Amino acid sequence: MKRIGVCFFAILFFFSLTAQAQTITVGFTVSKTGALNVDSTEQYNGFELWRDQVNAKGGIKAGGKSYRIKFASYDDESQAKRVQQLYSRLILEDKADYLFSPYSSGLTTTASIVSEQYGKVMLTTGAADEKTYRQGNKYLFQMFAPATQYLETAIDLLKSKDPKATIAFVYEDHSFSVAVATPAKPYAEQQGFKVVFSEAYPPNTTDFSAILDKVTSSKATVLLGGGHYADGSTLARQLFARKAKMNMVTVLVAPDSPKWTELGDAAVGICVPSQWEPQVSVKPQFGPTVAEFNKAYTAKYNMEPSYESAGGYAAGLVLQYAIEKAGSLDSEKVAGVLNGLDATTFYGRTKFATDSKEHGLQLGHSMVIAQWQKKGGKLTKEVVWPLANKSSNLVYPMQ
Amino acid sequence: MGGILASMIDGLLVGSVYGLAAMGLSLIWGVMDVINLTHGSMIALGMFGMYMLFAAFSTNAYILLLPVIVGGLVLGVIVYWMSVHWVVGRPPLMSLLSTFAVNMMVIGIGTIIWSTSPYNVNFSLPGITVGAYTFTGNHIAAAISAVVVALALELFLFRTRTGKAIRAVAQNRDAAELMGISSTAVLATAFGIGIALAATSGALVSTLFPFTILSGGVYELKSFVVTVLAGLGKPLGALVAGVLLGLLEGLVSPFIAVSWVPLIEFGLFVVVLVFFPRGIFARANA
Repeated sequence: MKRIGVCFFAILFFFSLTAQAQTITVGFTVSKTGALNVDSTEQYNGFELWRDQVNAKGGIKAGGKSYRIKFASYDDESQAKRVQQLYSRLILEDKADYLFSPYSSGLTTTASIVSEQYGKVMLTTGAADEKTYRQGNKYLFQMFAPATQYLETAIDLLKSKDPKATIAFVYEDHSFSVAVATPAKPYAEQQGFKVVFSEAYPPNTTDFSAILDKVTSSKATVLLGGGHYADGSTLARQLFARKAKMNMVTVLVAPDSPKWTELGDAAVGICVPSQWEPQVSVKPQFGPTVAEFNKAYTAKYNMEPSYESAGGYAAGLVLQYAIEKAGSLDSEKVAGVLNGLDATTFYGRTKFATDSKEHGLQLGHSMVIAQWQKKGGKLTKEVVWPLANKSSNLVYPMQ
Repeated sequence: MGGILASMIDGLLVGSVYGLAAMGLSLIWGVMDVINLTHGSMIALGMFGMYMLFAAFSTNAYILLLPVIVGGLVLGVIVYWMSVHWVVGRPPLMSLLSTFAVNMMVIGIGTIIWSTSPYNVNFSLPGITVGAYTFTGNHIAAAISAVVVALALELFLFRTRTGKAIRAVAQNRDAAELMGISSTAVLATAFGIGIALAATSGALVSTLFPFTILSGGVYELKSFVVTVLAGLGKPLGALVAGVLLGLLEGLVSPFIAVSWVPLIEFGLFVVVLVFFPRGIFARANA
């Protein structure tokens, strides 16, 4: 009887080991609470859709085996100190094989210190600040186009429409938005624009009265800035409530969320630099087409995907491609495939810098500018720049 | 010059809401020597109270202040019996810990119910445009509402029997009891009124800015600055000090980055604590 018991447990142990070996654990944190909640949740939806689709098809195939994807994730409360603890936990206790970044540049910088320490491949999404990739990292790979592209793209659009515009920069005092706005100001001046006002506001700002009074006094005709969903949506609401006379307003991140329509008339005319829009057609080398992704996402979440969602899905897709191509779960081999990657998916082109000075920085992906327009009484987000990808003309002036 | 004036008017309007929030804190401190650390979470509950009422009735948000006031009063009395009654008259640390615990419970439950995503009360009144500057109707209505509620409180404290009893207990609890005033009932009422004021200010803020369950913290901090400016236990002084704080914010904002404004505010807080420990109105009263 005793022998039978020992054999039973030995068999059970063997099967549990086998089951464990056929699972790939991907670890990450999500901002389920805190200021980054909206954007982070959309990114998570992208991860989740990818996982469910891959598992439904039998998992990731590498080295003659199939691996189901298992997530290990925690709420980082939108706080860097939580990220530091939780990424250590994901690696040491949850034994994550690979990592996705948290949402936002600030949190990702913190997470990357831990991931590099343990030599874990981490695909970053929702983390555009270039600075993170200039720290001598080896296993960090950026899915988003770098921060400098955000407003420079908007300035290019503005130059094509109104080269005599006067610009006010109003942006969140956060690593991402500072990384976007800092190079955008000299770029705007190089393009011949007059920057008449520039000020950063603290994260979690809800009252923009003082800043908007200053923007009005500066006689700016264009406002560029914002930060994340909470502050960006508030800024747009207050611009509308205060009847600020702007010809163009470009707000970072926030207007890309499907929640933007909740702003009603305050949403109309606002532009957003976007990493991905469903109107931009590409021929993917692997993974779903734009239409397939859009359809699956909308069916699952009952809302349109934002670029954070697309970025989340694309991070999974690229990781899957790298593991399958490497034929192994070995981090070095997977990182090697990622280093040599130059491919197009539904999300656009992906190519990572391999130069040690900026390893992992995204070189292939490019951004578009979308604008919320009212058509037939309904709010729609249209691609207005670059002209080759436009789905509608820019409404300028916006009012 | 127009920009400075506009900024000052904006500061003045929002300052009256700061004042109303601080009145609740000041009243509770003055009557029962309790620093109420549930203040921020009660402001946040006022915001969500307004949000839910507006979602249910879709009427003028400022009419919905009445149920918020009543709800705040009832909630305040419940919180008093839960956590404050047992620590009144004991070392200040006891009431600090007790109210802090309630604060954490409210925030925890609120996070479960509403998460920490931002909410908005989608109600707007037409504003007034002067030149290039527009003052929103909501700011004006919130400021008027705050002043009306503050004056109603002052009338209540000075013209009604219960109000006089609250003032009597605040001045000398033992003597008030000797005169036949039930200090327990008075303390519960005063705490209820303090929470009602906090909830009302939260409801007013919800008509101006987006909010989360954590948003009360900002106004709690401002309430402390305003209460110290006014002198602890001076509700009407708190309203005036709140308006002054808003005015100061409006006055300095055109000249410095908004990130520096809290530094000015808390610098002032320290200066007042050092040089006017009884508040800026203490000398005038003396």
